[in-house]
Amino acid sequence: MTVITRTGPTLEYPSGREIIAALKRAAVEYVIAVPDIVTSDGLLWPISRDPDLKLVRICKEDEGVSICAAMSYNGTRALLLMQQTGLMDSLNAIRAIGMDYQLPVCMMVGLQGKEAELKPAQSASYGVRIVEPVLDTMQISNRLIETAADVGHIASDIDQAYRASAPLCFLIGRSPT
Amino acid sequence: MMRRDHALEVLKPRVDEQLVVAVYQTLFDWMVIHPRDLNYVATGAMGQASSHGLGLALANPGREVLVFDGDGSLLMNLGALVSIANAAPANLHHLVFVNGVYEVNGAHPIPAAAKVDFATLARGAGYREVVEFTELEQLEAGIDAFLAQPGPAFAVMHIEPGESYPRDYAYIHSAAARARFRRALATS
Repeated sequence: MTVITRTGPTLEYPSGREIIAALKRAAVEYVIAVPDIVTSDGLLWPISRDPDLKLVRICKEDEGVSICAAMSYNGTRALLLMQQTGLMDSLNAIRAIGMDYQLPVCMMVGLQGKEAELKPAQSASYGVRIVEPVLDTMQISNRLIETAADVGHIASDIDQAYRASAPLCFLIGRSPT
Repeated sequence: MMRRDHALEVLKPRVDEQLVVAVYQTLFDWMVIHPRDLNYVATGAMGQASSHGLGLALANPGREVLVFDGDGSLLMNLGALVSIANAAPANLHHLVFVNGVYEVNGAHPIPAAAKVDFATLARGAGYREVVEFTELEQLEAGIDAFLAQPGPAFAVMHIEPGESYPRDYAYIHSAAARARFRRALATS
């Protein structure tokens, strides 16, 4: 397990294997994805080789909002895996399909450019700093996944999103190992 | 060129248990011509019909899914052609109704209306089957063979407006419409 030693508290990075296990515990069947360098090695490549998860590669992230929403009508669970740039590009689809229509679109978003030792709000990157405030303004539930300890609530959060029929966004602040 | 309402009348007797995702004026016409609980009316954002159709097709492999797309709508989500071809759902038939304009947004022309070739785009993306229907008689003669082909299959429907039915936006965005589809999906 990788340990942060540069500055601040010593915290274990989140484990990709444990995140994938949490998705399975939450009965996620499909992962809809556009590649993102933050989650590439720890999540997307392992998911692409995992026989228990069906990977749908898409060209643009807003396609995934619609795919996840449409799948939810018969209870099929899916996760949209992308980078925050794709999240920003998909805000209107999330607004309309996730929020206005009250559908459970679950997203996992790599925060590309975020410094490992800083919280998103402290980042030097404007594109990282605005993500949480934008999601909060849109009243979209969001949870930061930065350490191994953060992984524990993923499955229950997804369960809750489907129970509530509401969007959910996990923000991956450090590359899963 | 065929009238859109006439084309939809040809499709009507061939649509029973299929899930139908339609958009804009084609949807509004279809809701009157063939009102049914398995019409998926809530696509939310322009361009997204084909992606909703892909999600439905993958999550419901035992059902046939028909997407009645618009040309302006498809242009807003062209990458979906490639995503659909890659996922290759055999139960997805994608029909794009081409009239060359953004009909419900003031009838402004789509970019390159006289040049863009949707059949070539779908072939290039990798759809398994691509056909074009220009005249009503041709549609009547060929639609059964098209629908019998495994998907992903793509049909270019060259249409002009016919009778245009009311644009009931309040209904298509309503919770009642989504609940109606969800119930029908669970019980049919």
